[in-house]
Amino acid sequence: MARAVNNKRRAVVTLIAWAVGIAIFFPILYTVLTSFKTEAEAVASPPSFLFFDWTLENYAEVQERSNYFLHFLNSVVISLGSTVLGLIIAVPAAWSMAFFPKKRTKDILMWMLSTKMLPPVGVLVPIYLLFRDASLLDTRTGLVIVLTMINLPIIVWMIFTYFKEIPGEILEAARMDGANLWDEVVYVLTPMAIPGIASTLLLNIILAWNEAFWTLNLTAAKAAPLTAFIASYSSPEGLFYAKLSAASTMAIAPILILGWFSQKQLVRGLTFGAVK
Amino acid sequence: MATAKSNVAARIMISPAVLLLLAWMLIPLSMTLYFSFLSYNLLSPGMERWIGFLNYEYFLTDPAFFSALTNTLILVLGVLIVTTIGGTLLALLLDQPIWGQGIVRILVIAPFFVMPTVSALVWKNMFMNPVNGLFAYVAKSVGLPPFDFLAQAPMLSITGMVAWQWLPFATLILLTALQSLDREQLEAAEMDGAGPFSRFFHIILPHMARAITVVILIQTIFLLSTFAAILVTTNGGPGYASTNITYLVYSQSLLQFDVGGGSAGGVVAVIIANIVAIFLMRMIGKNLEA
Repeated sequence: MARAVNNKRRAVVTLIAWAVGIAIFFPILYTVLTSFKTEAEAVASPPSFLFFDWTLENYAEVQERSNYFLHFLNSVVISLGSTVLGLIIAVPAAWSMAFFPKKRTKDILMWMLSTKMLPPVGVLVPIYLLFRDASLLDTRTGLVIVLTMINLPIIVWMIFTYFKEIPGEILEAARMDGANLWDEVVYVLTPMAIPGIASTLLLNIILAWNEAFWTLNLTAAKAAPLTAFIASYSSPEGLFYAKLSAASTMAIAPILILGWFSQKQLVRGLTFGAVK
Repeated sequence: MATAKSNVAARIMISPAVLLLLAWMLIPLSMTLYFSFLSYNLLSPGMERWIGFLNYEYFLTDPAFFSALTNTLILVLGVLIVTTIGGTLLALLLDQPIWGQGIVRILVIAPFFVMPTVSALVWKNMFMNPVNGLFAYVAKSVGLPPFDFLAQAPMLSITGMVAWQWLPFATLILLTALQSLDREQLEAAEMDGAGPFSRFFHIILPHMARAITVVILIQTIFLLSTFAAILVTTNGGPGYASTNITYLVYSQSLLQFDVGGGSAGGVVAVIIANIVAIFLMRMIGKNLEA
């Protein structure tokens, strides 16, 4: 009897949960659907949800009119570049803090995290002027530098917590067996740290891909990633909903897929360990 | 046992990160501070001169600052209310045994991964547009006049969009906290006849209090810097109706080229964010010790 009641309750809760989930997801779903409509159909009243003539012309047109691929490539280069560069700087630092903690290690870590809390607008003017003088405005290099620095605290923090989970005894055992520092890093630490590093990589690509303060302020056309390119649709001419949807769908699809894999890292990376 | 050699190595390995971050923080921040005491406009180069606190006086007494401060508060508080209450309810819902839990979870979390410019433009055009938007269609079909969201209630509309983006973040963190709750305690309370409300307020909510605080603090820090959602929807308008502090500083420095005034605004923004950051850092620090 209890089983039947439980199943009934479960069915009701399932129904509610699915309804809520679909409602929250609906704007994304609707964008994807609209990307396959003609412009006339995209603004038709009543709106159609499934029964319209599906077309791919928007995707072709977005590419033709605005060189979409260039902006997509910019996003890839900037998010991957800044994440890899960040990892190169962060891994040694995190290694040092996790395995050779000093009296001030905790303070250094806290200070690093606190820089992430600085509002970007507090340094907008100087960064803009420095970049202008160094000819870094509207360049991929410039954005890679900025995003590396922006996300470095999160990268250091995440790698540090993953390193902390590696038991110290393993390192000591390796040292007992005569492993030197190099062997220790290459043969013991790295293999154990790879899952953590991969998760960090994933989360930071997502954060860099979606970053929309510096990318909007420091790029114009040449180096504009998708965030800035999509923003150009805010002052459109004529009918554009279907094209906006196509451009948007392509911009968010890769990250939605990556995001699916990174739910857990999201909590770890963005709460700085304050929630476990 | 750390050897002298590995100690040196440890120092060398941490230095690039520390030095780079130090430079990244100190150089621009001290420039902002310095500029904030100058009369410095990009349109009249070479005319910079020291004017003391005059920029601050102008910035803080400008009526635009007052509306920006109000708008910042509306945005931050509005989003916090929606996301913490909504996030708690969603976490409770997703914690129940349901069929297809993994898929529902993905549906709920998805908005967090949508880039802010896409989210803002989709909401602005396809939902809130008074002629072609879906909301206008719904209003029409029930006989109501269409409502021009971004012109008539710009700040609330933007708050709605941003809340949609941050709801998944709150849900995910609160769900994580909820799942660490000791189930036996709940069952024991149920045995003792505690109803669902009493269980929620006496066991679940106290357990989640810490996570809720963290959600509030972290979101506040990010929400203070909301920019893209305003830039692509309203440009801060009509008038200053949807200008927040971040947008005000941007428009003063990069649209009006007033480096001095913009810098003063930047310093004010840093001070406001720091007030929140101090509380957050305390919580993180406590957890690092534990």
